[in-house]
Amino acid sequence: MGGLTTLSGFEYVAPTDLAAAATALRDAGGRACVLAGGTDILVQLREGMRAADLVIDVKKIPELLQLDYATDSGLCLGAATPCYQVNTTADVAEAYPALVDATRIIGGWQIQSRASVGGNLCNSSPAADSIPPLLVYQAVCHLAGPEGRRSIPVHEFCTAPGQNSLQPGELLATLTLPPQSASAGSAYQRFIPRNEMDIAVASAASWMELDDSGSTIQSARIALGAVAPTPVLAEEASQFLVGKAPTEENFAAAGALARQVASPIDDMRGTVEFRVHLAGVLTQRTLALAHRRIQES
Amino acid sequence: MNTPTSGSQYKVIGTRPIRHDGADKVTGKAKYGADVKFSKMLYGRVLRSPHAHARILSIDTSEAESHPGVFAVITTTDMPDLVDKMADLGEGVVNMAHLGDNVLAREKVLYKGQAVAAVAAANVHIAAEAIEKIKVEYEPLPAVTWVLDAMHEDAPLLHDNVFTDDMGQKSETPSNVDKEIHFLKGDVETGFAAADLVVEREFKTATVHQGYIEPHVATADWNEDGNVTVWTSTQGSFACRTQTAEILQIPISKVKVVPCEIGGGFGGKITVYLQPVAALLSKKSGRPVQLTMQRDEVFEGTGPTPGSFMRVKLGATKDGKLTAGEAWIAFDAGAFPGGPIGPACMCVFSCYDFEHAKVDGYNVVLNKPKTQAYRAPGSTHAALACETVLDELAEKLAIDPLEFRLKNAATEGTRRVDGPVYPRIGCVEVLQAAQASDHWNSPLEGPNRGRGVALGFWFNCGLKSSASAHVNPDGTVTLTEGSTDIGGSRASIAMQLAETLGITAEEVNPQVVDTDSVGYTDVTGGSRVTFATGLAAYKVGLDIEHQMTSRAAALWDCPPEQVSVESGVYSHNGDSLTFAELAEKLHATGEAIVGRATVAPDGATNGFGVHLVDVEVDPDTGKTTILRYTVIQDAGKAIHPSYVEGQMQGGAVQGIGWALNEEYFFDDQGQMKNASFLDYRIPTFLDVPMIDTIIVEVPNPDHPYGVRGVGETPIVPPPAAIAIAIHNAVGVRMTDLPMSPPKLWKALSEQS
Repeated sequence: MGGLTTLSGFEYVAPTDLAAAATALRDAGGRACVLAGGTDILVQLREGMRAADLVIDVKKIPELLQLDYATDSGLCLGAATPCYQVNTTADVAEAYPALVDATRIIGGWQIQSRASVGGNLCNSSPAADSIPPLLVYQAVCHLAGPEGRRSIPVHEFCTAPGQNSLQPGELLATLTLPPQSASAGSAYQRFIPRNEMDIAVASAASWMELDDSGSTIQSARIALGAVAPTPVLAEEASQFLVGKAPTEENFAAAGALARQVASPIDDMRGTVEFRVHLAGVLTQRTLALAHRRIQES
Repeated sequence: MNTPTSGSQYKVIGTRPIRHDGADKVTGKAKYGADVKFSKMLYGRVLRSPHAHARILSIDTSEAESHPGVFAVITTTDMPDLVDKMADLGEGVVNMAHLGDNVLAREKVLYKGQAVAAVAAANVHIAAEAIEKIKVEYEPLPAVTWVLDAMHEDAPLLHDNVFTDDMGQKSETPSNVDKEIHFLKGDVETGFAAADLVVEREFKTATVHQGYIEPHVATADWNEDGNVTVWTSTQGSFACRTQTAEILQIPISKVKVVPCEIGGGFGGKITVYLQPVAALLSKKSGRPVQLTMQRDEVFEGTGPTPGSFMRVKLGATKDGKLTAGEAWIAFDAGAFPGGPIGPACMCVFSCYDFEHAKVDGYNVVLNKPKTQAYRAPGSTHAALACETVLDELAEKLAIDPLEFRLKNAATEGTRRVDGPVYPRIGCVEVLQAAQASDHWNSPLEGPNRGRGVALGFWFNCGLKSSASAHVNPDGTVTLTEGSTDIGGSRASIAMQLAETLGITAEEVNPQVVDTDSVGYTDVTGGSRVTFATGLAAYKVGLDIEHQMTSRAAALWDCPPEQVSVESGVYSHNGDSLTFAELAEKLHATGEAIVGRATVAPDGATNGFGVHLVDVEVDPDTGKTTILRYTVIQDAGKAIHPSYVEGQMQGGAVQGIGWALNEEYFFDDQGQMKNASFLDYRIPTFLDVPMIDTIIVEVPNPDHPYGVRGVGETPIVPPPAAIAIAIHNAVGVRMTDLPMSPPKLWKALSEQS
C-alpha cells in the first residue's frame, strides 16, 4: 500500500559542524536520517520505505558544500554539493566528463538543483548513476563519525542494495577524485526505455589513459551499474585493454569480457539476458566515447 | 441564425478563442476534487487486498475503531445487500452486485488491490495507522492472470454465478467466459478460396492503464435529513449519481453529485470507487469525509483496459482486393464481467468493405482489476491485429499500403460485419489526405529507419444531453450544461451557442453544474460531448433566438415573422438592434429569457484517422525512437481546431506509450510490480516529437454544424503504425505489446 500525500512528523536539526551532526546521528540510535538534497529521503519517508524520528540536515555544514578543483590536486566534492554545481563548473565538467554524464541525467533540472553525488552514493542503489563514474575515477570517500574520521576507496563503500559501509553515527563528508591528465578520457551511459526520468536498466562508465603517442591504452577502468547487487568494476575487461590499441574491435572484446561480471536480476526493468547484453553494449559505447573525448580534447 | 450550410461563413466555429476555463487552470485556481475542503472534514484510507484471489474468512475492525482519532470504520457489511441488477451508465451496462463488490469486497477478493474496508479519521496519518489495525483473515486461492489460461476448463473459477452469455443464450455451468460474440457476414470459406494470398497472425497485448495524472478523489457529506452530496472527479456526474444511489440503495433524488474539474479520465472515471465509500464513512461519522487515492491504488485498485489475445486472418487477390477476414479475439475483463469486447469485435474490420467476414469474441474474467474503458475501448487492440496483417498482405503483394487501403476502404453504404450500414463517412478522405501529406511524400533515409501507416476507426455516441442558458442584460449568455469538461468541450459547446446566436465565444459563459442544476446528461465519453451537448447548445440557441425575435417584434409592434435576424442583428423595416442592445431592453419589456434544450440524437456517426510514423530502431538495445509523427483525422467540422489537434496529439502520444513501453507487470502471484509512474512508463515530452496534425472535414449529416467526435480515434492506429514502421526499419513483425526494448532486441537477435 502506498504512502501518503503528506509526511509524518519528525524532529529536524541543521547542525553547522560535522561533529555535531555525527553526535546527533549517533544519539538518535538508528531513528535518524541524514538529509542532503532530500530527493531520495523525502520520497522514502513519504512512501513509508523509511521511518525517522529525527532528520539531520547537513546542508549548513560548509565542508559538505565544497566544490574545490585544481588541475594538479583534483576534485574535492562535499557530500551535499548539488549536482547542478558539478554540471555548471566548466573545469570540473572538462576533467570528469563521466561524472557529469551521470549528474546531468539524475532526475530533471529541479532534482539536480538539490540532489548530490554524495547522497546518490549513500543511497547505495545498484542503479545509482554517479557510482560507476566514481569507481572508474577511483574516488575516495572521507567519512566522519563519533570516533573520528576515516577514508575508504569508493569500491568498498556499497555492500548490498541500499546498504553501505557507513557505521552507526557515521556520515559521508567529502569525496575526492584524483587529478586527470590530458591523455585521459571517460564516459558514462545508461540504458533506459524512455529518454528521461527513469532508472538505469544497465549502465557503464569507462575511463582510459593513452600513452604519449595516443595509439596505446596505458590504463583502463570499466564499471557497471544495475547488473549486480552493487555497482561493480569489470577488472578483467579493464586489464584486457592495457597495452592494446584503442580500436572498436578491442572495445567490443572488452565489452564481451565486461558482460562476465554482470549478475543481474529479472524484473520490470529488464530481463537477465537483456541486462547482460546491455552491459557489453554500454561498455563498448562508453569506451568509444571516452576515446573520442581524448582525441577531441 | 447562421445557417449550418453556410460553411466558411462561420464567425465563431473554426476560430481559436482562449478557453473559458483557461486562466483558472494555468494559474492553479481551478478547483479539482482534492481542492475541496470543509471544516471538520475527515480523511479516509482504504484497506486493500494483498492477495490476487482469496476468500475472506473474517474481518475484525475493533482495534481500528478504538484507535484514537478514528471516527468511522466500514466494511461491506455497512453496505446494503445488492442483488443482480443491470444499470445502464451510458457507455456500458453494469451489474450493481458486481459494482458493489468492486467498491468493497464481500465474500472473496478477486484481485490484489481490491478494496476491503475503509477508515475515516482526523487526519490521513491516523487513517493510515488505523487500516493497519484491521485484521482480515484470508484463505488464499489459486489465481489466474492470463486470458487464455483463464479460459481453460480447469482454471480457477472466479464466480460461481457468472454464466457465459453467448449472443443471448446462457451457459448451463458457471464459467470465466462471461460473454461470447459472433458476427458473420457472407461466407468466409468462399472468401478465402477466392484469395491469391492469405496471411494469418496471432497477437498479444498487455494490460494498460489510462494514466490520468489526477488520482481518484471523492468527498461526501451525508446530511441529517438523508441527503448526500458528493464532490468528485468524474466523467459523468449523473452516472456517478446513479451508481452511488444504487449501491447505497437510496433514491437518486437524495444524491447530489458536484463534478469538480477533472485531471484526465480517458474512460477510467465513469465507474465509482471512492464515492459510495466516502458517503458511508460520512453517514457513520456525521462529518464530511474525503478519500484520495495514491498512485499505486490507482494502478492496482481501478480499471485499466484489457490485455488481449487475438488471431486475425485476411485474404486478398493479386490486384489487392480483400476477399475475406476472420478474427478471434479474447479480452481479459479483469475480476468482473463486462468490458469492451463488443466494440473490439465491431471495430476490427470496420475500416474496410469485406464481402465475407467472421468475428468471434470472448470476454474472460480473471484475477486482475476490473477493466474499464480507455479511449476507443477495444479498437486499439483490434487495429493492431487487422492493420498489421493487412500491411503484410500489401507488402507481399507489392502494393502501396495507402493504395491497398483505398482499394478496400469503407464508404457510404458499406455494411459492417456487425450489421450497421455506414452513412456518409470520411474513410477515403483521410487516406487521400495522407497520400497528399508532406510526411508521406518526404523520403525517409538512413539505416534502421522505417515508416509505418495505419488506419483506425471509432464510433461517436449520441446518448442524452441537456443544456439551458439565460440572457444577461449586458448581452452575454450564461450557458449551463452537465458535460464535465475533459478536453476543452466547455469552449467548443459555448462556441456552438455563440455561432447560433451571432455573438462571440467570449460573450457566452459556460458553466458545468451539478446534478441538481441541469437536466440529465450522459457521460463525457464515446466522443459524444462536442457532438451531442453541442447539438443541445445549438437548440438552446434556436430557442433563445425565437424568444428574442418575439421581444423585438413586441418592441417594434410587428408580427415576429417580420423580424429578420442576421449575425445576431435583429431588424425590421429599417429598425435594427444588436443582440446586446436587445438584451439590455429585456428587463424593461417583460420576462427574462431562458432557453432550454435536451437531446438524444439517434444513431452514431463515425470517425476515421490515418497515422504516419517514422521510427529508428537501435538494433543493439531494441529501443525505438519516434522520429516523425502525423495524425490525419476526419473531424466532420472542427469547432475549436486547437482542441481537435490537442485530442489528435494526446491520443497519439497515449498510443505511442501503449505501443512501446506501457504494461502491467505481474509476478506469478498476480502482484503488480510496477504500480508507479517510474516503472509504468508513459511517454515523457522527451520521448515524442511534435505530433503533426491534418484535420479533414467531411461534415456529419446528423449535426447542424457537421461535428464528428474526435476524442478517441487518435489512440487507435499508433501501435499498429509503429509495429509496421519497426518492420520496415529492421524487418521483424512485432505482434506482442508493448514492443519494449527487451522484447524487440530479443526478436532481432532471434531473427539474425
